[in-house]
Amino acid sequence: MTVASAFGSRPVLVGYLPAGYPSVPGAIDAIKAMVDAGVDIVEIGLPYSDPVIDGPVIQAASQAALDRGVRTSDLIHTVEAVAATGVPTLVMTYWNPVLRYGVDRFATDLANAGGAGLITPDLIPDEAADWLAVADKHNLDKVFLVSPSSTDARIASTVAVCRGFVYATSVMGVTGARAQTSNAAPTLVSRVRQVTDLPVGVGLGVSNGEQAAEVASFADAVIVGSALVRCLLDAEDEAAGVRALVALTEDLAAGVRG
Amino acid sequence: MTTTEGPDTRGYFGVYGGRFVPEALIAALDELDVEYRKALSDKEFVGELERMGRDYAGLPSLLYEARRLSEKAGARILLKREDLNHTGAHKVRNVLGQALLTKRMGKRRVIAETGAGQHGVATATAAAYLDLECTVYMGEEDTRRQALNVARMRMLGAEVVSVKSGSRTLKDAMNEAFRDWVASVDYTHYVVGSVGGPHPFPAMVRDFVRGIGVEARAQSLELLDRLPDAVCACVGGGSNALGIFHAFIPDADVRLFGFEAGGDGVETGRHAAAITAGGAGVLHGARTYLLQDEDGQTIESHSISAGLDYPAVGPEHAWLSDTGRATYEPVTDAEAMQAFRLLCRTEGIIPAIESAHGLAGALRIAPRLATELGREPIVLVNLSGRGDKDMETAAKWFGLLEEKS
Repeated sequence: MTVASAFGSRPVLVGYLPAGYPSVPGAIDAIKAMVDAGVDIVEIGLPYSDPVIDGPVIQAASQAALDRGVRTSDLIHTVEAVAATGVPTLVMTYWNPVLRYGVDRFATDLANAGGAGLITPDLIPDEAADWLAVADKHNLDKVFLVSPSSTDARIASTVAVCRGFVYATSVMGVTGARAQTSNAAPTLVSRVRQVTDLPVGVGLGVSNGEQAAEVASFADAVIVGSALVRCLLDAEDEAAGVRALVALTEDLAAGVRG
Repeated sequence: MTTTEGPDTRGYFGVYGGRFVPEALIAALDELDVEYRKALSDKEFVGELERMGRDYAGLPSLLYEARRLSEKAGARILLKREDLNHTGAHKVRNVLGQALLTKRMGKRRVIAETGAGQHGVATATAAAYLDLECTVYMGEEDTRRQALNVARMRMLGAEVVSVKSGSRTLKDAMNEAFRDWVASVDYTHYVVGSVGGPHPFPAMVRDFVRGIGVEARAQSLELLDRLPDAVCACVGGGSNALGIFHAFIPDADVRLFGFEAGGDGVETGRHAAAITAGGAGVLHGARTYLLQDEDGQTIESHSISAGLDYPAVGPEHAWLSDTGRATYEPVTDAEAMQAFRLLCRTEGIIPAIESAHGLAGALRIAPRLATELGREPIVLVNLSGRGDKDMETAAKWFGLLEEKS
């Protein structure tokens, strides 16, 4: 299911968790619990050895998943299990694992698993010709990032090849919950809106319902990652982790829905 | 495009290079690309850089004919004495260039990543000299192996951040430096230490270090009235190698050899030979050769030399390898250390263990070249750095430390 189906009259909540943490089935259970608690679009991370745009929380969970032997095939399996619930399911991945798996093979397997598309934090459209071609062939969403430092020309050329939504990084920095959301975000969102009708999602830094409500007042999607991952990372056991995850998701969902 | 040109406007050497980085960095990379090209065509900038090289760093470095070593090698061995430069390595050329560029761009802070510590020391030195704030990222494992260099950097006024993520070595330090840069790009320049990373770093670093080969080429002509038969250098990221290779690329008769860190032996899987035993992929912003598993996860590298302990290589080297213009072979820890001792004993020169890899490779190819050419070959080796920083490693290897009772 493509992500367009998730956007309607109100802002949506996008929730991120990595595949394979705390285990492959454990991650599937956690993501399904997050969906039941109110996430509108799921973003599943493919753990990677060198995650340059992720902060310490996501890196720790990803590394733990890798240490336990998570494979790209486990990600595809996770997407299949989650997409079966009917929620639009995107994969967030660095580019080298896709290259190594084979760009066309990755797209084929992702589409067959019911995945909606990819968020590619270290792949800019300038380098993405192979991905753009196979994504169009398989009708997959292509979510590229724009940044407060992007020029108007780059925002225009980037959103021109996006499908699904545009990912606006609200601050200059890596992933991780922050005490305050950025005042650069509203400006960036309005710059994006000048050149596209696509929904605009804002990520990096949101960790509670109040911040989610604030972001939802100017963006179409509120993207939360590190704060959700931390629920699992800090918990005494898996059950406690999922309970914390559900509680936070409900708080965020309430914030987004006003 | 031929191997004497490149990169193209998108930063590609053949199919290698490019920019695989977060969008947040693109504006800074675009600015850097424009500014370094402008700087290199600005007489004032080039003049100041030459002055700093001459008056501060001791350039040009000597070209030295190693006569006693040559007797053992069966070849005339010429050493490009980059170990005599200020901070003891070729790296001073790169950091002076980038630090001066930082000032020109109106930024007040530099960051760097370092493995052996040599690039960190060089960056801290240039920062002190040009009055810039400096933060150096270093893997925790490397801060342990290279404690003296950590002290040097701090003495020079730099903040040293010990990186505890991943394998706690150079590649993780590079990840942290990128993260810092994404968040501080308005006032910070990232002084990349080798010919890797996103465009324009591979081209820019090469341009700042290519004086090594320009000097060596002119010095060879003066000394021998001809060019050498082969040019040898060690390859980690590959900056010293590209530095000495680049001016010789148009000279078709001069063979270029890069020697990668073979660690315990490529067959053991414990090595850092990205070209010899790696595959094409994307790491740290560029498409190049790297050590990776079948899922594209980076494999940890191993080398006795912290300076070569990196799982990828600069994209221009990947291209020179594919086109056959340069040849890359692995050298094991044991071979490198044998060459290390030989240079100490024949010439009274203690090389960096990195450079000892290049020397070991030169000793290996000398008989091969002699057979091919039917005469004594002339082999130029880039002695890219001095061995002070590696004395503890070398002393342990050769059992030279007194046992504590």
